[in-house]
Amino acid sequence: MSSADAVTRRTPLHDVHEKLGAKFTDFAGWQMPLRYEGDLAEHNAVRGSAGLFDLTHMGEIVLSGPQAGAALDYALVGHASAIAVGKARYTMICAENGGILDDLIVYRTGEQEYLVVANAGNATVVAEALITRGAGFDTEVRDESTGYALLAVQGPDSAGILAALTPTDLSTVRYYASYPTTVAGVHVLLARTGYTGEDGFELFVAPESAQAVWTALHETGRVVPCGLSCRDSLRLEAGMPLYGNELTAELTPYDAGLGRVVKLDKPGDFVGRAALEVAAKSTPSRSLVGLVAPGRRAPRHGYRVVDPESGAELGVVTSGAPSPTLGHAVAMAYVDTERAEPGSALAVDIRGTMSPVEVVALPFYRRSA
Amino acid sequence: MVPEQLKYTPEHEWVVLVGESVVRIGITDYAQNQLGDVVFVQLPEVGERVTAGQTLGEVESTKSVSDIFAPLAGEVTARNDELDGSPELINTDAYGAGWMVELRLDDASALDELLDGAGYRELVDQG
Repeated sequence: MSSADAVTRRTPLHDVHEKLGAKFTDFAGWQMPLRYEGDLAEHNAVRGSAGLFDLTHMGEIVLSGPQAGAALDYALVGHASAIAVGKARYTMICAENGGILDDLIVYRTGEQEYLVVANAGNATVVAEALITRGAGFDTEVRDESTGYALLAVQGPDSAGILAALTPTDLSTVRYYASYPTTVAGVHVLLARTGYTGEDGFELFVAPESAQAVWTALHETGRVVPCGLSCRDSLRLEAGMPLYGNELTAELTPYDAGLGRVVKLDKPGDFVGRAALEVAAKSTPSRSLVGLVAPGRRAPRHGYRVVDPESGAELGVVTSGAPSPTLGHAVAMAYVDTERAEPGSALAVDIRGTMSPVEVVALPFYRRSA
Repeated sequence: MVPEQLKYTPEHEWVVLVGESVVRIGITDYAQNQLGDVVFVQLPEVGERVTAGQTLGEVESTKSVSDIFAPLAGEVTARNDELDGSPELINTDAYGAGWMVELRLDDASALDELLDGAGYRELVDQG
């Protein structure tokens, strides 16, 4: 990579973040807020009331035309054409060998229109794959990543806060559904989705309208601006995988315990079907598990999971942190399947100290309502 | 914020002489800002001997963990027990109530080899 490639992009909310005192981080070529006041307060706001995120770094790809659904059925492991208009699904795009290229949310926004949301780091790969895979279909595939800003309001108070700013009856916008409406007078696609384990909404808006929507939400005084640091601790507590940590091109959805997203019963061929049909019938040698540690000293990405008696390597930690909500360390890890049962007593090599951990079922945290 | 009266290490620790051959050690404001909210601090016990460069403890935030290295050789004479229950003192008062340990140095003159405020500020500005 030459230094010219290292130029980072700024979201239309960059000035707003600066005024709020954000500390920034480079994330997949974007300068994004890492935190404002403090990541613990932000994390706790999302669990207890509501937080406001700028997620403009996420990629958006739009497919439209008579065969948009058929193109996605071929390009993705999910059954996009079976999604009802206004609904959304969590799905994945895989390589021919079944390896995960990205995890995605697909929103069916019209009879002949879909919005695919990809991770920032994979946005170009996904857009190019959809264009290539969609070439034989009567559909137009457009990388609209620069055409949208994405805001998220997450937390138990989200619906109450948004209700005052939109004419839409939010009880009609169910989980994993989207609705074109206005917020603070601005046209948005309002989706009841998120990555925090709480109720919440994501708002797709035109970049030039992003500041107006952010400001209207912030001025309610009921949302705490939140950075990517707490987004990571929130999703970890909720047991949600992160591409690059729990999901990689070396793993199939079955390896990641997410075989349910692969719709082998959908009609027609799709990219990766042959490999995934084989993967569906075999037991992976390692399984994705939750680990809890008694203290706050956390197993971190890349640390070895070992047998507490022999010290033999049993796996590797993919994500880990001291959980702000639970008060002890939590981690996700791939461990040998025969040792992956909840209750299994293992250890993690935390910088030279063999620290006891216990396998638990995911998620670590589940909202009560 | 880089107070002039302190000494610094390239590992973002501050060191100040508080008695005869006794120094107090903490992490800098820059370091705490890089870490984010500190949720756990591990410190050595009083009486432990450390050599320069040896791990003295660690500071853990939700985002990452950072080793604290002994800037100089000596014996631990005090640890900040307040950090066990209030690790956030490192964020709110890195140079004061967020101090970590005190060491009796084997060789107090080694203190002169550490960075002064200007030297440390230059290091931080280089990013």
